[in-house]
Amino acid sequence: MGLNCIVCVKQVPDTANVTSDAMTPEGTVNRSALPTIFNPEDLHALETALEIRDRWGGSVTVVSMGPPKAADVLRACLFRGADRAILLTDRRAAASDTLATSYILAQAVKTIGNYDLVLCGRQAIDGDTAQTGPQIAEKLALPQVTYLEAIESVKDTNGEKSARIKRNVGNGWELVDVSLPALATVLDTANEPRPLAAKKVMRFKHAAIPAEVDEAKAEELREENLLIEQWTLDDINADLDRCGLAGSPTKVYRVESIVLTKEGFTPVEPTEEGISKLIQELVSERTL
Amino acid sequence: MVEPNRQGEVWVFAEQQDGILHDVSLELCGKARELADRLNVSVGAVLPGYNVAHLGKTLIAHGVDNVYIVDEPSLKNYTTSPYAQCVVSLIEKHHPQIVLYGATPLGRDLAPRIASTTRSGLTADCTDLDISNVTDGRTKIEHENLLLQIRPAFGGNIIATIVNYDSWPQMATVREGVMSMREPDQNRQGQIIHENVEGLSALAELVQVIERHVEERKINLKAARIIVAGGGGVGSRENFELIRELAGAIGGVVGASRAAVDSGFIGKEYQIGQTGTTVRPALYIAVGISGAVQHRAGMEDSAKIIAINTDPQAPIFGIAHYGIVGDLNKVVPMLTKALRNRRRE
Repeated sequence: MGLNCIVCVKQVPDTANVTSDAMTPEGTVNRSALPTIFNPEDLHALETALEIRDRWGGSVTVVSMGPPKAADVLRACLFRGADRAILLTDRRAAASDTLATSYILAQAVKTIGNYDLVLCGRQAIDGDTAQTGPQIAEKLALPQVTYLEAIESVKDTNGEKSARIKRNVGNGWELVDVSLPALATVLDTANEPRPLAAKKVMRFKHAAIPAEVDEAKAEELREENLLIEQWTLDDINADLDRCGLAGSPTKVYRVESIVLTKEGFTPVEPTEEGISKLIQELVSERTL
Repeated sequence: MVEPNRQGEVWVFAEQQDGILHDVSLELCGKARELADRLNVSVGAVLPGYNVAHLGKTLIAHGVDNVYIVDEPSLKNYTTSPYAQCVVSLIEKHHPQIVLYGATPLGRDLAPRIASTTRSGLTADCTDLDISNVTDGRTKIEHENLLLQIRPAFGGNIIATIVNYDSWPQMATVREGVMSMREPDQNRQGQIIHENVEGLSALAELVQVIERHVEERKINLKAARIIVAGGGGVGSRENFELIRELAGAIGGVVGASRAAVDSGFIGKEYQIGQTGTTVRPALYIAVGISGAVQHRAGMEDSAKIIAINTDPQAPIFGIAHYGIVGDLNKVVPMLTKALRNRRRE
């Protein structure tokens, strides 16, 4: 039968390992001081797509939006067996919030076309919002299934495809039937991402986007089918008013560091008086 | 995009499952009431479901003025598209200025879908909300009475305040347990308005729930506003009663460090830390907990931390806001008694 999957992946700063070196004196995060990684749940989304191709056939296309350096995560996808990789990189897309990002990714998915299932990680660890997936689904007018744990089966009834998906609902799970095309967001409990395939690593280790190499090298890579596609907002027919800062209704008003700049504690005497003062203070600051 | 409507109501999405309201929705009613009073507008609740009209009274008792109910069979099980359609069409009809959702799995599935349709800003997992005038640093325009949406970001390393100048309604999902629930007032008056939304049954066809297994939520450390946690220093299973009494007196729930669980003082489901549950309550009282890094990782984002320990060098003091160096067998009963006395006053 075959299902064509598009997987949206993101390169993120490794927020689990933020040290004080990565904090500016103003308490903001210096992103460039952090190592970057493949957003963990996106790896599980990729694995879901690869498993679907293993079981029912079809294709796996990966798309990412980010700076040229994000080509790293696309190479990581090729090493695991993705058929096609596209990096959408454009300075005009910078500072996009989830609404603008989902618009851009939805335009990219439309441009790729001919898909049955769009897969995203549930959320990215730099924002933990879990908003981009559902917002892409809305923009493509696709039904959405969030928190995917497993694809139980897929069915093709006279060309009408559907999937039975097990999803986590927090305090339990449910099985749903969804008509395809659809979008699903994947949890890290869904599967175990496969290791890199040695043959694929050999084949794709020099794969690059045009921005990473000079023109002659790009031509050489193109001939060897190693040139990763690089798109701009023009390639996806994007309305610039809906991209970047202009397309982002949420604005960061203030940022403060809480954990890494904490100074000392207020000592409380272990006496009735000390404790009653503590309670009064908790009441006045509305903790109690 | 819906234009700003400064007379618009403050709305709460009333999340229910099988006719039972989620606690977070009631917590949000209280917060919405507070915000609406400051803005001098009324509070609305959107309640989609099937056979849910009886929940209207509860919402009103918790501070809602107008309950908008969409009650029909296609809304029996939650699926995204018909529920989103309900909220979107009511937003377009009534133009609220703020819409709040619980940051539950359901709320986090629904809210972004709605925000994408209305093209409004949405902030995830807020732990606090406030109203303030804000000047746009770029245009120097002052925006009156914006919703400040406060949330931890970047793996909890920073707290960000997010605003939305003009792509209204201003929308946020809010974490469970961080807003306190008001005492319900059964005599409060409000209106129950039955709304009709077209096309829901066709949307309900897209995703069909075949089977569903949910468990009653038992101890919910994540949703607790106040946690009293005991560690190895508590000394024995019997002595853990001190922790329970304090939790009871302060209206909190009991938690434990790995040392206390491994020593058999209390069950594993109460364990907080890297291998247990991660919590961010408004108040965390660490009793007889030294504060190993694995424990701190599970609680250091708590808004306020009180540490009680005999050892002034215990690492827990390094992240505490209040520290009591003393014997927990004396300090904890004192604290419990003071809290009980306060309640009697």
